[in-house]
Amino acid sequence: MFAYYLSLGFRSLRKAPILTALMVMSVAFGVGASMTTYAVFRAMSGDPIPWKSSKLYFPQLDVWGPKSRAGNQANGELPDTLTYTDAMALMRHRTDVPQTALYPIAPTVYPDDPTKKSVAVGGHAVYGDFFKIADTPFRYGSAWSAQDDQNHALLAVINSDLNERLFGGGNSVGKDLRLNDRTYRIVGVLDHWHPQPKFYDLANSIAFGPADDVFIPFTAAVDQQMPTNGGFGCGAALPASGFAGILNSNCVWVAYLVELDDASQVASFRTLLQGYLSDQQKAGRFDWPPNYKLRNLPAWMDLEQVVPPETKMSVVVASCFLLVCMVNAIGLLLAKFMRRSGEIGVRRAMGATRGAIALQFGVEAATIGITGGIIGLLLTWGGIAWMHHALPEDVAALTRIDVTLLAETLLLAIVSAILAGLYPILRASGVRPAMQLKID
Amino acid sequence: MAIHPIIAALRKHKTGTVLIVLQIALTLAIVCNALFVVTQRLERIHRVTGIDEADILFVSTSHAGLSADTDSGKARIDADIQGDLQTLRKLPDVADAYESEMLPLSNDNWTLGLKRSRDDRRGAPGAMVYADDHAISTLGIKLIAGRNFQPDEIAQHTLLGMLEPSVVIITKHMADELFPNGDALGKQVYMVGGATKPSTIIGIVDRLESAASQTDSDNLSWNSMLLPYRMTESQRYYVVRAKPGRLEAAMKSVPAALYAQDPQRVIPDGQGDKAGVRTFAQIREEAYKSDVGLAQLMVAISITLLAVTAAGIVGLSSFWVGQRRKQIGVRRALGATRHSILYYFLTENALISTCGVVLGAALAIGFNLWMVTQFEMHRLPMPYVVSGVVLLLILGQAAVLGPALSASSVPPIEATRSV
Repeated sequence: MFAYYLSLGFRSLRKAPILTALMVMSVAFGVGASMTTYAVFRAMSGDPIPWKSSKLYFPQLDVWGPKSRAGNQANGELPDTLTYTDAMALMRHRTDVPQTALYPIAPTVYPDDPTKKSVAVGGHAVYGDFFKIADTPFRYGSAWSAQDDQNHALLAVINSDLNERLFGGGNSVGKDLRLNDRTYRIVGVLDHWHPQPKFYDLANSIAFGPADDVFIPFTAAVDQQMPTNGGFGCGAALPASGFAGILNSNCVWVAYLVELDDASQVASFRTLLQGYLSDQQKAGRFDWPPNYKLRNLPAWMDLEQVVPPETKMSVVVASCFLLVCMVNAIGLLLAKFMRRSGEIGVRRAMGATRGAIALQFGVEAATIGITGGIIGLLLTWGGIAWMHHALPEDVAALTRIDVTLLAETLLLAIVSAILAGLYPILRASGVRPAMQLKID
Repeated sequence: MAIHPIIAALRKHKTGTVLIVLQIALTLAIVCNALFVVTQRLERIHRVTGIDEADILFVSTSHAGLSADTDSGKARIDADIQGDLQTLRKLPDVADAYESEMLPLSNDNWTLGLKRSRDDRRGAPGAMVYADDHAISTLGIKLIAGRNFQPDEIAQHTLLGMLEPSVVIITKHMADELFPNGDALGKQVYMVGGATKPSTIIGIVDRLESAASQTDSDNLSWNSMLLPYRMTESQRYYVVRAKPGRLEAAMKSVPAALYAQDPQRVIPDGQGDKAGVRTFAQIREEAYKSDVGLAQLMVAISITLLAVTAAGIVGLSSFWVGQRRKQIGVRRALGATRHSILYYFLTENALISTCGVVLGAALAIGFNLWMVTQFEMHRLPMPYVVSGVVLLLILGQAAVLGPALSASSVPPIEATRSV
């Protein structure tokens, strides 16, 4: 019977080719537009470290006071990085939970081979705990120790790309790396580590930028006076001149990341922040009550607008577009089905149940859905190809059609076609046999 | 044409009518807002930076390991910069050059501000532009009052740290904000950030957009201040104006000359915004890539949406005409002219469309208000809604014209058929 309905469906679709084409294209455009924009949204909103994103926390301290936010700063939000002084104070306070202060650096690598050009690389100055917090995969070697942090040791962990470029991809642990005017000893090589978005320093980095090539101890980077390659914000006063002026200033530029495994750890970290700030207030640094925020990674990604408003807006508008396409399909299906009231009446009079009629028209609606879905898939493919020109390189690389997207597209098409078909099917199966026979 | 019979007939097609009303309403709501987004983005893209954009190159170069913290390091960096600039200005492909930390639209933004007195609470924010006496001619901006920097006024300064220049040149927008009476020239102002020594405004330039290409704030876009400083940092940028028509050649000769000057330096290879040598056209393209993409998407969605809605109206109207062939025949047999049949369907559509656009106008405004809370959008101006309404009414009439014409050509004989 199903095969018969299918052939009936095809016959009916062929009888009104323009109407059929309209419906199919309606579904296809709606699905194509929403899936294209959704693919971009999915690429950008993905959780870069799903197994522990809710355990990674980012503190914010109110170091400039309420006056600094009156009117000028967006939404009265606290600065998203810390001053060097505060970051160091927090690092000193606790040793039992993994935490790290960090900032982006852009040193120059001078190769040993004088025929090779020196290159500027991107990286981060971090504490040894960083690698544990971020679960970085090591190809060779390992992270440096807390002792190395304290010793301001000239060590480095490099990513596999740089290892490939400098050492041909071999085990380079123990080898020397010349950054700027100092030589660092390589202790670890990461295995193609490129989390996107770059969750550990959204405040300072481009969320979908290139992978970091090199990591060195925070303490060593400060010793070497490496300037930050990220944001630098000041309240009322600019720093005095020189690197020491920057370190002693009330300007924010140091990112901070802490891993808190359970509610009690979160609570005690909050107590710590509260206590630190009230100490500072008592010491006369602030004349406002302690004010801080402690967000976990999902909330932090939201604050840092990892998914830009444009992307969200596109998804919303494209979904509304799909809605209109569905309303359109409902109207057209209704017209198409009701035009065959006579045929339905005959079938009903000859004993077909309402269920049989519903199935017959359901098959027809599903056929439209599948065809629309397939064309919608092609449109999505074209849409994503176009998006690759319109998007920044790294986001474009993340936006792709995979099996999930493929399945979701087809599913969306069929579900929308069936949803659109529900009311017309109901109306068709409700046609009374006698009425139609009388008229014709 | 009496409206009453049309309404009576529509009561028989409640579902179809409601569907078309809904479709027109949603279409109006989406198209109004989408086109509003498009015009806003286009306005942003077409903002005039104020600089003469053709022939400009932006070169990033670094020489790591020199500390700007020691006097000797600073002196070495400053000497390097002056050497670089002399080399660049002598190149046959180059018209002029200077060193800075910012260029319009580069999105590398350093914002500070000026105050009218030391304890002025508000002041005006402004983008920092490290500049020298060659900046105005290199950028091709217009000095509309006062004078340019003199070579002996240019000092060295690191990127971060307290700024207290003795002289400053600001944009007209910033001058008007600080001194609305138009008498900014010659006034003494204080740099935000704790300056204790005043700076004298010696010149006013017509227009110079800041690096913040994505901002919608007039202050952040148009307030810029030229500071008489060479930036003594190991990471620095040169703004180079090529001689007319020699941009391509300069893209090769400039880095070559810089490498010859200092083989230890790094000019990144990279593609796109990571490239060390970029033309202003590339910077502009990068800056507005996402705006162009969004605008194109919105236009594509709007056009498809209008087409889908028009097709829907054609489809349902044709169905209704088909259903009513007999009634049309009866009316024709009773003396109705072709015109009155045509007008019947046009009026019917006008009625439905009017309901649709009324509902749609409300939806458009509601949708916009929601977007304002979600996406930092502006309020939808009424002209957009009005033009959207007119557009959809015309679209509706155009879409129904075909089916209405075929209805009007139903012969009176139809009345006698199939009974």
